[in-house]
Amino acid sequence: VTVEFEQRRLDGNAASGLLGAIFPFDMSMVQTRCATCSRMEPLAAQLTYADAPGLVMRCVHCESVLLSVVHGDGRYWLEMRGAACMQIAESSA
Amino acid sequence: MCAIFTRGFHGRRQEPGEADRLPPGQYLVDDFPVLSAGPTPHTPLDTWDFSVEVAGEAPKRWTWEEFRTLPSETITRDIHCVTRWSKLDTVWEGVAVDTLLSGLSHDAPYVVASCDGGYTTNLPLEDVTGGKAWVAYAFGGKPLEPEHGGPARLLVPHLYFWKSAKWVRGLRLMAHDQQGFWEVRGYHNYGDPWKEQRYWGD
Repeated sequence: VTVEFEQRRLDGNAASGLLGAIFPFDMSMVQTRCATCSRMEPLAAQLTYADAPGLVMRCVHCESVLLSVVHGDGRYWLEMRGAACMQIAESSA
Repeated sequence: MCAIFTRGFHGRRQEPGEADRLPPGQYLVDDFPVLSAGPTPHTPLDTWDFSVEVAGEAPKRWTWEEFRTLPSETITRDIHCVTRWSKLDTVWEGVAVDTLLSGLSHDAPYVVASCDGGYTTNLPLEDVTGGKAWVAYAFGGKPLEPEHGGPARLLVPHLYFWKSAKWVRGLRLMAHDQQGFWEVRGYHNYGDPWKEQRYWGD
């Protein structure tokens, strides 16, 4: 593990602003199951790479891509093939 | 704290003669910002190899030592990132993709570059041949640092720089176009900076 590796990797809370612009509930506590390794964690505990051309969230266990958001030109592109399922509490809406 | 994320993103004043080298919507930088969608791979050179694959043929493969014996070139080009910074007169050393494809018989019109870490990007074959693209292993006279794609990255300077895939390990020639990592996720399929082809539909 190198220094620049750590500098670029943030926790899932770094994604809350961009995800909050798309979803009508607090995404940080949404339990998300990785489509690659099947393990589940709240989004706040997953890994975020926010300085790429888009936001990329990766599984904290296996580093597979869970979802990405590209924002520009008045549009959002949300890709989430790597998230097998999300559990959203009614109380978070 | 803030400096970590804003360092490198300050534009600088243009010098005379530079304006016509700056595509629309871009600004000039003197340093070299790093943008990554995932952890930086650190593949040891003794396990690194580079492959060129064509359907129906055995892949061509070079170890690092073999790759470094291929004819190489010094390349000086301007580069343009889709996040709007441009950098002029960057100097690279690398092996022309033409060299890597020589001797192959194929009629594939597309290519996909694949990388350590799982990143991919797609290009028309004609955009990586004819002296337009390289597999670069040095920048500014020094071995390419891992954060900039070392040991080797694709260099396709006439397109937005996400096409110049870091940590590249192979090229696969394709009969059909197959979108890569960012091309699936909202970015333009081709990415011509002079036409501002940033996003889908541009």
